[in-house]
Amino acid sequence: MLLLAVAVIFPLLSDRYLLSVGISVLLMAALGQSWNLMSGYAGQFSFGHAAFFGVGAYTSSILYVDFGVSPWIGMAAGMAAAALLGVGIGFLSFRYRLRGDFFALVTLAFAEILRVLFNNSEMLKGAGGVLIPYRDVWQEFQFGDDRIFYFILLAMVIGFTALIGVISRRKLGICLVAMKESQSVAQSLGVPVLAYKLTAMAVSGAMAAMAGTFYAQYYGFIDPGVVFAATISVEAIVPCIIGGAGTLGGPLLGALIIVPLQELSNSLFEDVHGLNMVIYGLLIVVFVMFCRDGIYGTAIKRMRGVET
Amino acid sequence: MSIYVLQSFLDGVLMGGIYALAALGLSLIFGVLKITNFAHGAMMAVGMYTVYALAVGLGIGPYAALPLAVVFMFAIGFGVQRFLINSIDHAPAHNQLLLTLGIAYILENVLLMIFTPNYRTLTVEGFEKAIHIGPLTVAPAKLIMFGVVLVITAGVYILLYQTRVGRSIRASAQDEEGARLMGIHVRRIRAAAFGLGAVCTGIAGGLLTPVMSIYPTLGESFQLKCFVIAVLGGMGNLWGAFVSGLLIGVIESLSGYWLGGTWSEMLIYGAFILILLVRPTGIFGRGNRREN
Repeated sequence: MLLLAVAVIFPLLSDRYLLSVGISVLLMAALGQSWNLMSGYAGQFSFGHAAFFGVGAYTSSILYVDFGVSPWIGMAAGMAAAALLGVGIGFLSFRYRLRGDFFALVTLAFAEILRVLFNNSEMLKGAGGVLIPYRDVWQEFQFGDDRIFYFILLAMVIGFTALIGVISRRKLGICLVAMKESQSVAQSLGVPVLAYKLTAMAVSGAMAAMAGTFYAQYYGFIDPGVVFAATISVEAIVPCIIGGAGTLGGPLLGALIIVPLQELSNSLFEDVHGLNMVIYGLLIVVFVMFCRDGIYGTAIKRMRGVET
Repeated sequence: MSIYVLQSFLDGVLMGGIYALAALGLSLIFGVLKITNFAHGAMMAVGMYTVYALAVGLGIGPYAALPLAVVFMFAIGFGVQRFLINSIDHAPAHNQLLLTLGIAYILENVLLMIFTPNYRTLTVEGFEKAIHIGPLTVAPAKLIMFGVVLVITAGVYILLYQTRVGRSIRASAQDEEGARLMGIHVRRIRAAAFGLGAVCTGIAGGLLTPVMSIYPTLGESFQLKCFVIAVLGGMGNLWGAFVSGLLIGVIESLSGYWLGGTWSEMLIYGAFILILLVRPTGIFGRGNRREN
């Protein structure tokens, strides 16, 4: 609650720079929640969330630039496309009993294929990417005031979190976690494993696509090397690792820690190229080794008195 | 057959040797440790810069630097496994994957801090001139590269199949618990296996230093290719990894010639997904497939 109050008041007090940092935090949180549903709760370890993000960004942008479709509608189209992609990947890997690291490799390969495809297809704008022409019209998902972007993204993150919160308390969420623990046991108890898995992947994909459209509209420019990059896939994972995968608040807390830390190390050590990424890597290593449940996850366990 | 096809084929085989050696290391690490090593490309870059730094710093040339690089890469691999990965041995599989990802970020960006992102080229005196074999042209450095690949591969093979350590490594790969009961120091052996994998990929990188311009993120471009090759050959199947490496080198080169570079990339990734789905034990069918 307190966090929410701070999040609402924050843009009213901050300058342009701080606001952009706030948007980066929220964007990472949105991606993180998307990954959290598919991989944290449902246990399908994705290493290719950039595929969904990029599909979302490109669908709305191309519809807007070439066909004059409002990005609000384009966003819905992108979400549908990404959900379909999620179902496709999910179905294939379920059909062929793909698990663990091999599933991660397949998602990675899908993101890479899309990157190469978009990079080289003239129809899809090629390596030059798409420039979104600027018009300050709300019907076209454009705002002169960045604070409006901030609040839209905040609403998105709250929406994602609420949705995952609801899902996790209902049959679907409980079954997802059960499937993560043991798919065969869940299946033998009559859980429709395939349908639930595909649902999780579709919703997760749609969330990432939504974030993708937001990215395109806010930054006004996308290209395949950015939106389909492996770094996007990693940005979806890392906040969950730091905060705690499979917990509701984990990705939010994770994003809230990483982004400011990166900004800080960027500004303190401007001349030392690479140092901020070394810190990024160290964070991953430290949390994977010593704090596997993440900060939020560990805190919850402690509070509930479960031995860690 | 056109002469260009023949030339592409030759280039493909030579480059395929690098793929083969790097993928051999990846497959070995997977076979013994069941870890999908996302730091493989970064370790390759470490190998490139190790050779570069030794060659320039000591003025000994890249080939004299190779033996030192072997020692250095083994130490890095051994240390990473012994002190980092080993300690989360019983964590879920994806944690190890993430750990290697974190290590990749650290290695790559430490290189960036030391060597800056600038391209660096190492020219070896006396090797600049291309030699002609019949109608074909080839750079001498590439021939040496391929020769060293064969030597190192043979060395790894002998180590694994003719020595006590090698037998221990293979035993640990087959049955960790059984190996432990037979008195094998499994933790140390696992670290040695990772070290050996690091040597393979590091030397593959080091051999590229005299052949192309290097930069800290160059290893990344080999990362996914190594996965493709190791899976094609059957993860854990070393012989398969080596043959697939040459195969991918040739396919890439020939399809690049016929279809253009980008479609060849699509083709390879498409084949990768297909094999992961349909035949995850690889085309040679002897690799071990990991459950969960």
